[in-house]
Formats: sequence, structure tokens, C-alpha cells
Amino acid sequence: MAGRLYTKSHEWLVVDGKTVTVGITDFAQSQLGDVVFLELPNAGRKLDAGESFGVVESVKAASDLYSPATGRVTAVNDKLAGKPELINSDPYGDGWILRLEMAGELPNDLMDESAYKKLTETGA
Amino acid sequence: MVDFGGWELPQQYTSIRDEHFAVRRSAGLFDISHMGRFKLHGDGSFDFLQGLLTNDLSRIGPGRAQYNLMCNERGGILDDLVAYWGDDGFIVVVNASNRERDLEWMRGHAPAGVDVEDRTFEQSLLAFQGPEAESLIPATGLKGLPYFGFRPGKVAGTSALVSRTGYTGEDGFEIFVTADRVVQVWDAILAHAAKQGALPAGLGARDATRLEAALRLYGNDMDEGVNPYEAGLGWTVRLDKGNFVGRDALASVKSEGPKRTLVGLKTAAGDIARHGAAVFKGGRRIGTVTSGTHSFFLGHPIALAMVEVASLRVGETAAVDVRGRQAAAETVQLPFYRGSARSAAATPAKS
Repeated sequence: MAGRLYTKSHEWLVVDGKTVTVGITDFAQSQLGDVVFLELPNAGRKLDAGESFGVVESVKAASDLYSPATGRVTAVNDKLAGKPELINSDPYGDGWILRLEMAGELPNDLMDESAYKKLTETGA
Repeated sequence: MVDFGGWELPQQYTSIRDEHFAVRRSAGLFDISHMGRFKLHGDGSFDFLQGLLTNDLSRIGPGRAQYNLMCNERGGILDDLVAYWGDDGFIVVVNASNRERDLEWMRGHAPAGVDVEDRTFEQSLLAFQGPEAESLIPATGLKGLPYFGFRPGKVAGTSALVSRTGYTGEDGFEIFVTADRVVQVWDAILAHAAKQGALPAGLGARDATRLEAALRLYGNDMDEGVNPYEAGLGWTVRLDKGNFVGRDALASVKSEGPKRTLVGLKTAAGDIARHGAAVFKGGRRIGTVTSGTHSFFLGHPIALAMVEVASLRVGETAAVDVRGRQAAAETVQLPFYRGSARSAAATPAKS
């Protein structure tokens, strides 16, 4: 399994073969503040890389979620419906959002941890 | 950290949810030093404020504070503020975002002999709010302090002016202390109260608690284009006290009746109606959401909306724009939540 990758829109992804697990980053959850609700797609939906697939509502604002890869949704974390705060408490673990079966290749603008860290530190 | 009227303030120290619950169940400590603090000097201060503010200061006296509005000639709200009648003059606490404009307005209206001094930067202001605030504040000299009363006291050994006021719907205190001592006072209050569940609380908890208590936020729920009757603050307008800025315009609004009014809306989990969202009834647009958030304490989203008068009665259903679709909203009684402030209200805030 490869290391965690990141998007400019603050999603993370872990790729295991054709399976891509997606969530939002610790930086994103800290900026959003307490998450109170997620609007998520159903399993089976096809997503293009960069396509908005849902919304995360925090106390502060509603923010769109963007798919980091092209593929079909195979699983959605149903724990989030009852415990949206998992996004805050464990963004890289129990706060995962969905899994995709990837079609084709990963986009070439994904970042590794050090590049993403640089992005968040420069406030881009 | 977020920018709030030019001040850098924390949205949360730990979690908005935890801080919100602390304020409702124990106590929360807010740094509200961003709020503008003016000291008035001169024998004409009382008459000056009576001619500038909507409420009637002759209904209070030394040692008491009063919620007030400052309006323009057209009756539009320039700011909401609290005026404190001190032994050595009046103190006025205004919104951070309006501080400079208020100062200019007040100085522009002040007669010779009345001076408005901006003390915002020498003095800090803390708010310790919650049902346990009285039992947890490490202070002396506060026994028997009535709601909306204030007096000099000692907080954590430091001289302070302490007022029994707040912006959360809970009982509690606002503490004026010199800026060079505020960190010690802050730390001492938390050290004393943390074991009983008190927490430092940020803007997120402040906004959620004030909204549950239906306390209006300037810039969201009202501005210069809104008059006090529309904002549901007609009780602060004393047309019979004599002349004041905006009186004639407000007298006409009162006699004709306001065209719009603020109502409370409740929506289903996840349907947070945000500031600016359209409100509909029977497919027709009737107004706009002015404030909305998720209430962790009540377990559902709440919102204030400015709508056409009589378009929504308590219990009636409206539709509100949430992320581009229309979500059902129930009209509910304001405030959404009554905290401990009313039990501390020896003198009702709405006097």
C-alpha cells in the first residue's frame, strides 16, 4: 500500500491496488471546526477526478468535497451519519469518507505529505 | 483564528461542541476584549446619551447597566450596546466592528463639555458565563449583585469592574480589567473553575449560545437598514422619554407597524440555513435568514430570519434554502433556549 496522498482541496487518499480510500485532512478538519453533518453519495455513483461528490457542514460553513480520482463509489462510511465528529477526532482513521474503485490512472497533481505540508504552511 | 472586526479571535480553543456545553452546564470563559469600550466624561453625559440612545437611562441609576440601541435619523440601527452608569461617569460597550464609526458618531454629536474616550486598548474584557459562573468565579465583593448590575470587586486578587451581564442567555459576569493584568485573571479563573467543567470558549461557542438565546448579532441580524421594531427590539425604544436621534422616524414605524420581523426557525439535522439564505412560504419568497447554526445543545440547526410581518406564525412551516435546495423549517418561539440568565434576573433585562 502506498503512502497517503493529498489534493489541493484538502482531501486525502490512500491507494491499495484499484481501491482508493478518501477523507479530508487534519488541516481541513481543523479549519472547518466541529463537523455536524455530511451529505454523501450512494455506493455505485461514478465520479470524475475533481468532481464535487458531497458536502461537509461544520458549525462555521458548508464546504464541498471533491473526488481525488476517477472511479465508482464502492463504500461510504455509514458511521459518519450518526457520528460526524469522527471527521474531527480521527480524520485519517474512523473518519474516512468513502472508497472508490479507481478507473484509469491517478491524477498527476496529487501531493505527498511533505508537499501538502508545505501547501498548508504557506496558506495556499 | 478568524478575523473579527479587525481582531484575531479563536473560533474554538478545543471544540465548539465542548465549549458550548461547558457554557450551558458549567461555565465558559470568553475573551471579549475586541468589544469597544468608551468612557464618557463631563456633567452633560447623561443628557447626551439620553439624546443619542433609544432606551431611557432614567429607568436605571448608578451601578446599573442597560441594553440600548443607537439609531440614525431614519431609525436605522447604528449599533447595539450596553451603557453602564458608573459612579464617575458612563461606560459604553459597543461592537468591535462598529467601534470606529460609533466613536466618530458619538464625538460628532457630543456637546461641548462631554468627552468620549476610547479605552478599548488599555482595558480588557472577559466574560465568564454559565449556570455555575457565580459559584466558580474566584471573586470577592459580588454578593447580591443583581442582573444588569455592576460594581468594583476583586477577581483573583485583581481590582476589576464586574458586571452581571452577558451574551449567552446564561447567568454570568463580564469583567473589566486593565490589559496588563488580564492574562493573570484569565489563568486564575480557569485554574479555579476547570475542575468543575469550565472551559475557555471561543467565537463558535459565543455565536451558538447567543443564537440559542436569540440575542441579535449586529451585522447579521440587524444593520443600518433595519429598525428596532423589525429586529424585535422595540422594547428598547422609549418614545416617551423626550427627543433622541431617530425618534421621529421610529414613532412613524411604530404607528404604522413594522413591515418585517425576526422569527425563529428550526430545521432537520444537517439542514443548516446560513446567513443570507432565502425563506419561502407557499412557493413565495418572504424573507432571508440572518443567522443560522447547528445547535449542539438542542440537537438540531436553528436560525433567525427576517420575514414579512405576519407571514409566519409559531408552528407554521416554511422552506429555507440549504445548499441550493429547499429544506423544511418549522417556525418556533424565541428564544430557542432560556438559560440561567432569567433566574438571575432580579431586574429583567427587558425593563
